[in-house]
Amino acid sequence: MAFELPSLPYSHTALAERGMCQETLELHHGKHHQAYVTALNGFVEKNATLQGKSLEEIVKLAHGDASLAGVFNNAGQHWNHILFWQNMSPTGGGIPGKLEAKIVADFGSVAAFKDAFKAAATTQFGSGWAWLVQGSDGKLKCTKTPNGSNPLATGEGKALLGCDVWEHSYYLDFRNRRPDYVQNWLDKLANYEYALSQLG
Amino acid sequence: MTRLSRRTALFTAAAATVAATLRVRPARAQAAGPYSLPPLPYGFDANEPHIDAQTMMIHHDRHHAAYVANLNAAVKDYPQLAAMSPDALVARLADIPEQVRTAIRNNGGGHVNHSMFWQIMGGKGGAPAGALADAINRDFGGFEALKTQFNRTGAGVFGSGWVFVTVTREGKLALAPRPNQDTPLMDGGRVLFGNDVWEHAYYLKYQNRRPDYLAAWWNVLDWTKVAARYDQAKAGTLTI
Ligand SMILES: [Fe+2]
Ligand SMILES: [Fe+2]
Repeated sequence: MAFELPSLPYSHTALAERGMCQETLELHHGKHHQAYVTALNGFVEKNATLQGKSLEEIVKLAHGDASLAGVFNNAGQHWNHILFWQNMSPTGGGIPGKLEAKIVADFGSVAAFKDAFKAAATTQFGSGWAWLVQGSDGKLKCTKTPNGSNPLATGEGKALLGCDVWEHSYYLDFRNRRPDYVQNWLDKLANYEYALSQLG
Repeated sequence: MTRLSRRTALFTAAAATVAATLRVRPARAQAAGPYSLPPLPYGFDANEPHIDAQTMMIHHDRHHAAYVANLNAAVKDYPQLAAMSPDALVARLADIPEQVRTAIRNNGGGHVNHSMFWQIMGGKGGAPAGALADAINRDFGGFEALKTQFNRTGAGVFGSGWVFVTVTREGKLALAPRPNQDTPLMDGGRVLFGNDVWEHAYYLKYQNRRPDYLAAWWNVLDWTKVAARYDQAKAGTLTI
């Protein structure tokens, strides 16, 4: 069965007052994410070995295989964006007590976590993603990946939060100011309830 | 020409252009260091309607300026690197101390790529002529074929990057896509011209429609400038 664009868990205008305007969400979801889904389905249609596999299986199988670079890019971006929409909320920014305790235990403080996340997001040169992951040792850490890659592919752990730092995520709202976009994302958009629900 | 005299010449030319463009835009404060943001050789609106003035302003005054500032920061504690031209820096990445190699790759690349980019725009498009047109016919099968292949290559760059046409000392041309701010200069090549396909180059006007931007971009090329670069390549004097 073909992969499908999931619907947004909120309206296109729901995040406008929190720093992500209607046009950004319409383009990002309806055009960018849709294009990754369409391209991925095109690859799967032409390649019998990909047919019947789950998205996770395709991401892992295509990772590091130069002959499947196009498959990896689009499967990775489909996976990343599915998470990204769930990672934001019209009531985002508030960190539940249980997650806060875990963050303080692993980073020292909420501020130190945000600094580490911002550092990952702003030092990812060019398009890519910043992540809050839980490693196999159970500890939280912040990482970054280029383009369509993600912690599932790199094996760095379970992704709790993923912030898209492709310029299309923030150019209409923040222009070149990626640090401001990331700060706002952490403070007003990030769905920490979702992150907690993924915590192992 | 030695590396040093080449850089002095570059600085003199840059200073002359600063004076010429003061009417168009105020000079901006520059971070201290050996590298400086070359002024745009035309107004922000010179490429309208194909590239909007706001995009030109942010692209030059913010993005390119940041590459220059970060490059200056990267060489701060390395006087020998600071004495090198930006094209020499990116051509010798393997010799650069590891602590600053990535910073110089990204920001040195960003500096040379954008310096080239401003130079070849501000024109009215049209078609190449003379020896350059002959080379395009020989190596791509015609100007239309070049545009088709160039646009397809640019659309195929996944994420941020560039699409270049490289030129050899013998005048041979080839397409060369690169990720992020990499440049064929890093592999011993020479750039005849290239287009920036980072989303910041087109998002305000074209949003997700990169192919539309690639198609429209040919309308702002200045073929006189590209032809001059072609001549410099064959004379062995082409740098960035
Ligand atoms: Fe995205
Ligand atoms: Fe650029």
